[in-house]
Amino acid sequence: MKPVNQKAWWLVLPVVICVAFSAVLPLMTVVNYSVQDIISPERRVFVGTEWFAAVMRDKDLHEALLRQITFSLAVLVVEIPLGIALALSMPASGWKSSAVLVVVALSLLIPWNVVGTIWQIFGRADIGLLGAALKGLGIDYSYTGNARDAWLTVLVMDVWHWTPLVALLCYAGLRSIPDAYYQAARIDGASKFAVFRYIQLPKMRGVLMIAVLLRFMDSFMIYTEPFVLTGGGPGNATTFLSQYLTQKAVGQFDLGPAAAFSLIYFLIILLLCFILYNWMQRVGTADKTEAGHG
Amino acid sequence: MARIDLDLAHSYKADPRQDSDYALLPLAMSFDDGGAYALLGPSGCGKTTMLNLISGLVRPSQGTVRFGGHDVTARTPQQRNIAQVFQFPVIYDTMTVAQNLAFPLRNRGVSPERIRARVGQVAEMLELSGQLDQRAAGLAADAKQKISLGRGLVREDVSAVLFDEPLTVIDPHLKWQLRRKLKQIHHELRLTLIYVTHDQVEALTFADQVVVMTRGRAVQVGSADALFERPAHMFVGHFIGSPGMNFLPASLLPSAPAGAATLGVRPEYVRLLHADETGALPAQVLQVQDIGTYWLVTAHIGTAADGHTVRLRLDPEAAAPRAGQRVWLGLVGPHTCYYGTDERLIEEQGA
Repeated sequence: MKPVNQKAWWLVLPVVICVAFSAVLPLMTVVNYSVQDIISPERRVFVGTEWFAAVMRDKDLHEALLRQITFSLAVLVVEIPLGIALALSMPASGWKSSAVLVVVALSLLIPWNVVGTIWQIFGRADIGLLGAALKGLGIDYSYTGNARDAWLTVLVMDVWHWTPLVALLCYAGLRSIPDAYYQAARIDGASKFAVFRYIQLPKMRGVLMIAVLLRFMDSFMIYTEPFVLTGGGPGNATTFLSQYLTQKAVGQFDLGPAAAFSLIYFLIILLLCFILYNWMQRVGTADKTEAGHG
Repeated sequence: MARIDLDLAHSYKADPRQDSDYALLPLAMSFDDGGAYALLGPSGCGKTTMLNLISGLVRPSQGTVRFGGHDVTARTPQQRNIAQVFQFPVIYDTMTVAQNLAFPLRNRGVSPERIRARVGQVAEMLELSGQLDQRAAGLAADAKQKISLGRGLVREDVSAVLFDEPLTVIDPHLKWQLRRKLKQIHHELRLTLIYVTHDQVEALTFADQVVVMTRGRAVQVGSADALFERPAHMFVGHFIGSPGMNFLPASLLPSAPAGAATLGVRPEYVRLLHADETGALPAQVLQVQDIGTYWLVTAHIGTAADGHTVRLRLDPEAAAPRAGQRVWLGLVGPHTCYYGTDERLIEEQGA
């Protein structure tokens, strides 16, 4: 057998140390909290999986999780098609494309809490453009009083904030398609829709996958914007998972349940991303599912 | 199917001022119905532009394109009913091979039975039958290019099939095979085929008529034989043949016709003579290379400061001269061509 030089492991060591301090150790602290009841720094009791069991039975958590999943799915359903449509309608070259790119990217440059503040003012019925306009139209709109309005406002805010990211990714994907594909499609007599369905969409698969994963993870962890806009209200209408967690850990100082919940939260995101990723890997590459077009 | 007439010029610039601004200088040309043509020339000579003008992907900045006498200048590729195959394989990733081949027919609303029959025939021709149900995305580059070729050939009613260096990505042995296949398909279907290439062997073996182009001009249209024996322009003589034609000042020979500035003779037709024969020019052998099927001899006429290099191909059976040896060359014969100062052939009386 060929002798293997094991010295290369030393080269990985700095990374291992960095990751240990930045990720593994903090995570272990959380694990540590999640299995103990810390009454005071001197008195701590090992409770096993009790916190986990308690968190799993928590009705408020179930509601927050359901709200969160609904929100993230709504975000994907709206932002992905809208982003694609936006990218398709953006000019391909020249000064116009640069100008449009800058304008489209603007909302991505705004800090999250500022986004929340902007929409908080924007939606106010007395001084906000949106709120006052809706009121003028005779629509009874209040993101502070009406649960549905609050939820919709948070969704629209997220769409406004993050659709440009999807659009920019798709735009990059579209620009990487060689001209010959469009020429061949013209020769083959393909309709506009066929060009989209058989050239643009398949060629955007890679960037769309990134867009879906990014938007899913980010929206699943959303905190700042709804916190600033609605503070989770009215009632619990816009209390998403991360805000619920903060309430538990910082508000009520229930470190044990909060730690257990953090781990579950982490695992949920990991699991859902894994499922999404694998599902998207299969879409458009499966031999059999697509064979019905002949 | 129709005769294609071009009478046009094209510039990609909005305001062309000089010849070099044009991708294609003003020209008038016809492609007969059912002919196999090759557009041959170095990169950037305008051959792809000409192809795109015929297919309608590009509209000429001046002049007209006519199919069978009808002006189609303003029509789209689809309306012109043209098939075109590009240099690099274009396939629809999400479709199977069969769906790819069927795509041009499906877009035109051909009946499913007819599509199945045509796809079967084309797959048979291109030896893709075994892969019809495979996804096209997973195939090798040459198989993908065969699919592109297949999409070009799947419609029977096209005005012409245009190929833009379609065999660039194909392995040499397969290249030869596919070229023969195309030739065979041409004989079977009698479609007008126009084939762009910078490879003279490809052009000469594929086409009945070769259009040699350089710097936006079509300098000669002719059969392989005509291009080889009577190059109408010095560029053709230089570009066709391996190695290209030898060019020498006509003043070297007293027998040159009036007005001739340059004499051209193919390496195949330069002979070794004895010193006392008429027309024998003394030369110094510089190099002798064994190319396998022939000797390639490089010789030098005249003095070192003011001289001319001549290449000649000698039969492998012949006794090849050695480097440094003094030889006498015969440049004049029935195959010798004379060119004027405009680099064009001077047609001889009865040559």
